[in-house]
Amino acid sequence: MHPAPSIILFTTLSGLGYGLAAVLGFGLLDPSATATKLAHVLALALIAGGLISSTLHLGNPQRAWRAFSQWRSSWLSREGVMAVLTFVPLGINAIASVWSGRYLPLPGMLGAVFCGVTVFCTAMIYASLKSVHAWNTEWTPVSYLLFALAGGLVLASFFSALGGNAHPMLPFLAVIAIGAAWLSKAYWWARLGATAALSTSESATGLGFIGKVRLFEPPHMNGNYLTREMGFRVARKHAARLRQIAVISGGVLPALLLAVAALSGGPSAALAVAMSGVAALLVFGGTLVERWLFFAEARHAVMNYYGS
Amino acid sequence: MSSEPRLALSEPVSDEVRKTTCYMCACRCGIDVHIKDGKIRYIEGNRDHPVNKGVLCAKGSAGIMQHYAPARLSSPLLRTGPRGSGEFKPISWDEALALAVDWLGEVRARDPKKLAFFTGRDQSQSLTGFFAQQFGTPNYAAHGGFCSVNMAAAGIMTLGGGFWEFGSPDWERTKLFVMFGVAEDHDSNPIKIGISKLKSRGARLVSVNPVRTGYSSIADSWIGIRPGTDGLLVLSVIHELLKARKIDVDFLVRYTNAPWLVIDAPGTAEHGLFARDGDGKPLIWESVTERAVAIGTRGARAALSGRYQLEDGRLAVPSFQLLAEKYLDDRYAPDTVAYETGISADVIRGLAAEIARVAFEEAIEIAQPWTDMNGERQASFIGRPVSFHAMRGISAHSNGFQTARAIHVLQALIGAVDCPGAFRFEPPYPKPVEAHPTPHGKAEHFGSNKPLSGPHLGFPRGPEDLLIGPDGVPNRIDKAFSWDAPISAHGLMHMVIANAHAGDPYKIDLLFLYMANMAWNSSMNTAGVIKMLEDRDEATGEYVIPKIIYSDAYASEMVAYADLVLPDTTYIERHDCISLLDRPISEPDAVNDAIRWPVVEPDRDVRGFQSVLIDLAGRLRLPGFVDSRGTPLYKDFADYIVRHERRPGIGPLAGFRGVAGDRTGRGASNPDQLKRYIENGAFFSAHIPLEAQFFKHANRAYQDFAVKMGFFDTPQPVTFQLYSEICQKFRLSAQGMREPVAPQTHRDRLAAAFDPLPDWYRPLEEAGVDRDAYPYHALTQRPMSMYHSWGSMNAWLRQIHTRNVMYVPGAICDEVGLVTGDWAWIISHHGRIKVEIARSDAVNRDTMWTWNAIGKRKGAWGLASDAPESNRGFLLNHLIHELLPPKGDGMRWSNSDPVTGQAAWYDLRVRIEKADPDDVSRPAFVAVGTAGSTHSSPAALRYGQEWNE
Amino acid sequence: MTMLPSLPTPKKLGLVIDLDVCVGCHACVISCKEWNTGGYGAALSDQDPYGSDVSGTFLNRIHTFEVTPDGGEVVGEAGDARIVHFPKSCLHCEDAPCVTVCPTGASYKRSSDGIVLVDEDKCIGCGLCAWACPYGAREMDLAAGVMKKCTLCVDRIYNETLAEIDRVPSCVRTCPANARHYGDFADPASNVSIMVAERGGIALMPEQGTRPVNKYLPPRPRKPLASTLPLAENTDGAKGFFAWLDGMLDRI
Repeated sequence: MHPAPSIILFTTLSGLGYGLAAVLGFGLLDPSATATKLAHVLALALIAGGLISSTLHLGNPQRAWRAFSQWRSSWLSREGVMAVLTFVPLGINAIASVWSGRYLPLPGMLGAVFCGVTVFCTAMIYASLKSVHAWNTEWTPVSYLLFALAGGLVLASFFSALGGNAHPMLPFLAVIAIGAAWLSKAYWWARLGATAALSTSESATGLGFIGKVRLFEPPHMNGNYLTREMGFRVARKHAARLRQIAVISGGVLPALLLAVAALSGGPSAALAVAMSGVAALLVFGGTLVERWLFFAEARHAVMNYYGS
Repeated sequence: MSSEPRLALSEPVSDEVRKTTCYMCACRCGIDVHIKDGKIRYIEGNRDHPVNKGVLCAKGSAGIMQHYAPARLSSPLLRTGPRGSGEFKPISWDEALALAVDWLGEVRARDPKKLAFFTGRDQSQSLTGFFAQQFGTPNYAAHGGFCSVNMAAAGIMTLGGGFWEFGSPDWERTKLFVMFGVAEDHDSNPIKIGISKLKSRGARLVSVNPVRTGYSSIADSWIGIRPGTDGLLVLSVIHELLKARKIDVDFLVRYTNAPWLVIDAPGTAEHGLFARDGDGKPLIWESVTERAVAIGTRGARAALSGRYQLEDGRLAVPSFQLLAEKYLDDRYAPDTVAYETGISADVIRGLAAEIARVAFEEAIEIAQPWTDMNGERQASFIGRPVSFHAMRGISAHSNGFQTARAIHVLQALIGAVDCPGAFRFEPPYPKPVEAHPTPHGKAEHFGSNKPLSGPHLGFPRGPEDLLIGPDGVPNRIDKAFSWDAPISAHGLMHMVIANAHAGDPYKIDLLFLYMANMAWNSSMNTAGVIKMLEDRDEATGEYVIPKIIYSDAYASEMVAYADLVLPDTTYIERHDCISLLDRPISEPDAVNDAIRWPVVEPDRDVRGFQSVLIDLAGRLRLPGFVDSRGTPLYKDFADYIVRHERRPGIGPLAGFRGVAGDRTGRGASNPDQLKRYIENGAFFSAHIPLEAQFFKHANRAYQDFAVKMGFFDTPQPVTFQLYSEICQKFRLSAQGMREPVAPQTHRDRLAAAFDPLPDWYRPLEEAGVDRDAYPYHALTQRPMSMYHSWGSMNAWLRQIHTRNVMYVPGAICDEVGLVTGDWAWIISHHGRIKVEIARSDAVNRDTMWTWNAIGKRKGAWGLASDAPESNRGFLLNHLIHELLPPKGDGMRWSNSDPVTGQAAWYDLRVRIEKADPDDVSRPAFVAVGTAGSTHSSPAALRYGQEWNE
Repeated sequence: MTMLPSLPTPKKLGLVIDLDVCVGCHACVISCKEWNTGGYGAALSDQDPYGSDVSGTFLNRIHTFEVTPDGGEVVGEAGDARIVHFPKSCLHCEDAPCVTVCPTGASYKRSSDGIVLVDEDKCIGCGLCAWACPYGAREMDLAAGVMKKCTLCVDRIYNETLAEIDRVPSCVRTCPANARHYGDFADPASNVSIMVAERGGIALMPEQGTRPVNKYLPPRPRKPLASTLPLAENTDGAKGFFAWLDGMLDRI
């Protein structure tokens, strides 16, 4: 699948935003701290930025409002509906924190749940597609949720440090979440490597009863919408290298940074802020690479007709 | 849930339907052109049309994009820059025509042979030939010489008509259909309709073709033959049939020259010629009374074997004896030919067995009494439902004439000619070779300001009809009808530029071409030809070929090499005439002809070439085009179509003749004729009575019908010529036995090629190169969705074949270390090309191939200079020389069939070497400017969007 | 709207494509293009039509495959591999995933005849339906920004301004090899149902669970010439042949 920057950015940014918002919804940060207020604003900005980014690839974005109508069958529609619904509690939470410095448990918990549901919907857009074997697994929503949570906890660690009133558990939770996220990704990758795609050139053409099927000539010599959209394939060697980069930058390094920051008993406040900030940036970067691979490593069934 | 949208499902497709004839290839299907708001909305096949019966191929449906292509020329052009620069200035038609008349008139007065007038994909050869004849130059032909002449000449000389446009398989009844090397862009809809029909009936399709694409891909049996060895395969099948006694003796006696007596007098001028009576009638041996009698003697029991003494003491044998002795020889046995053909002996035996089984065990009968030319009443038509078809894969080899003859002889041996289920003639064929003219162009045939004394093209009956001077020097610029290519019935267009450049046999002053892309894909040795067109005389600074007039509708590569460009219309905008005098579209059961008419008026300053030619003829006051006072007879081509008469009552169109429009074939001209054609769907069809539908060569009812229709003025039955006396005459000349004797230089070549019985010899290029140095074959296949070079300017078709690659057999890939996407040098004795390759296993083991004419020159066809066609696409032409490799004899022979001069495109031998990856195929050429195209190309097309808003 | 019809549609209109006679001529491809570029919905645009990256929207494309037998079946007289031309357009699936994923209701399956259509006025051009389709039946038109797909020529098959015989999809009308057939798969007595039953028509990628309506007729087995019973050869030589010939002539 073509790793479209707008979609990669969307899922990464909104994942971080929803993760952060969910952590805020649990009230783990001091609602009156300026940093927490900033965190609320950032969460909403990340979510909104992601959603805006996602409309960039639409052919007719002026009709995007119609996307709320088909929640009964379409995960994309559900995601849209949930994204809007989620804004309500998140908005209340943000307002309460920014203006009143208060934490409201009910909207907070509701917002956290909604964040999870929205991320789940996003993941299910991909996971529900039988045509893309790599995505068509429960590990897709699991990893999306864990990545969102990990990102949220890392960001929360940063803001909690920034607020000067560091919640001691946050870095630990973040490290655990990072581990869980990459563990789920490891399962996802393992499944991808171990299972054969649902369909083959032989089943796609129905010619398997004769023998091995190979594309002789494409229908048109140049590519088309389908090959541009779905024909992207990253080289195996390249993918392995990128996986390493993703795991190290988005997993190992931030976990180390957070662990060091927490275990050393809080060195100086500034150092903790810097370390958790760098960790957040690393998680963001690592997730971008992971998302890029999420698309680039996925092979669409239609490519059985295009010989790649 | 909202309800489903309401759709407007009964919108009229268009404002009006105009029926005309397609010209996206030579198939000539009927089309319904839907016009909406003055634009073409949709083109579909005409259901009533005899050729395509409603269907339409990709090319036909893409007519919209052809018609609106930016590559269209838009006004007459006069060259301003050097040739090839593509620099022109637009001029008016008055200026253009005045200039053309000036050039043409001067040549006509001084030395008419200094004009060479050749047409390419012309479908109006009866007009262009008539123009050339009235002009008086001996140098005229269409493109048949580099296309199909082997097939045409062999068909006419053997059966009175052959494959391609002379006949077709009996699609409704055939049970076994064997096709050889069919070009999939010609006659394509009838063939597709036909093979689908026969497959659905459970009939068997056998395809003999080195490449397993297209029709071969759906063949029940594919014979992936080594190129150029088809003749050997066919003769081996004949060997098997003879050995198994599976021949139709009755058919041979009745309809062929099998019983004709051949004089057996080695070392004399008569050896191998037919014994004839005082009236020139061939003799047969009457085996009851044991004497020679003339053919057609009632009650005679003709001998097919034996050796007999004639009354004058000469010895003679029935020609069939010679045939049988020859093919029973073990050199034609399947086991002998298996290695050369690359086909296992089992397959050859299987093919022979299948042919014999279907011909003799599945014979069919149509209970329709008929009368033969001897007046004998026959109870029914007996059919041998085996049919054959062959095209370029046979034709474009230097042994193609003999191979095509072999296929025709095979058909006659099993009695499968024009009978139910077999190959059937399409009127006005069959037409015996005697009914064709002899060629004209001898010195006494032409001169200053006078017409040529007869048609240019025809069939020499022997060396005495050659167009050569007393010293044997060819009279024609292409050396047609000379010792080089004696039976070059379609001329040798592929040699014109090379010969004119070399001044061999002479230089010319004016080259006038129509629709022939000689500066690119229609020439062998393209780079060489380009240089010849650009070459200047060192002394005068003038071009070696001083003046070139070219007419085309599109900015082809050739436009860039013209001095004066006469822009043609698109096929949608023109009058045309698909005439029985020309290349007819008849079917076995019906006589058909058709027209084109301007269903859309041109929006540019362009004119149909035929009208321009008639205008020029009027200005030049050519006889036949002006009256006695010099006033032009015809306003334009439409007027000519209606009023021209070739013989009294016989005009370009056979339908709706007579003042009332109720006469068919013969009749006075009808001023409303075109209107009647348009009302009838732009075609005319006259059905042949059932009694006349089969055995046309010997069927009294058909012959009477043919005379009534005006094909002939007297019946012209055909006796199939298994043994060719014409060939034998040339062979005697080559042996120095018969006057005129062939020059010493040509004797071996002619003696080898002019076997009176079909024979196989190794294709000349293959025989002339080191076979180990060039171990493989390379050839082109015609893609079904592209007609030659005509299609790259078409935004829809060019998406299918935007560039081409070389398909290389898997075994060769493995040997050379190539995988799909690699680049390789393909090297011939003449040149090398660097191209992208792809692997294929569905191909003859020794043959690599690519799609034909996809490669384009930068700047041409209205394409961007970075178009894949001109960067990664390529031509095989760069590997093919118009001359054979030098031999020890000091001569450079044309790369053509020695009998007909047919360009031997498919004789090419190559080797392959892995190359570094590249972005551009080699050789790379500089751009030809915009080749005369003035339209700008849009960044995107949204054809028809206005009808959505 | 993007719920699939709750009941099986009374008609299941679709195509049968006969791989045994398709010669890969692309007639259907271009006929489809010209009909639909001026027909239902937005034009089928072509980008860079005369340049290097020429690429347009097509609702029907022909792929060409080379199939190498695993052994067992003899496929020809020489060589191993066989070429199969493979036209492909929307299969109008009964469980069309392209419909259910659509967030706006633009994609729908008609409850009357099962045709899968895009209501272009509602299409936001998100492309998800093209992702959901395993067959590559949907292509976004880059100029219009809406998803295009085979309509089964819905503006032909019900078009009362056309002669009855012409109320078939453009690709079917034009196919020179008669490799495309249109009909109602819900009717067991229809031309298409009978063809599928007789020739063992196959569904593409049944494992995707889409239940395509369109079916493909597989290539028939090839008939090797090499295994044909050879003719009984007479080894008498020329002399024997001429004696036989004389006998034949006596009988005529």
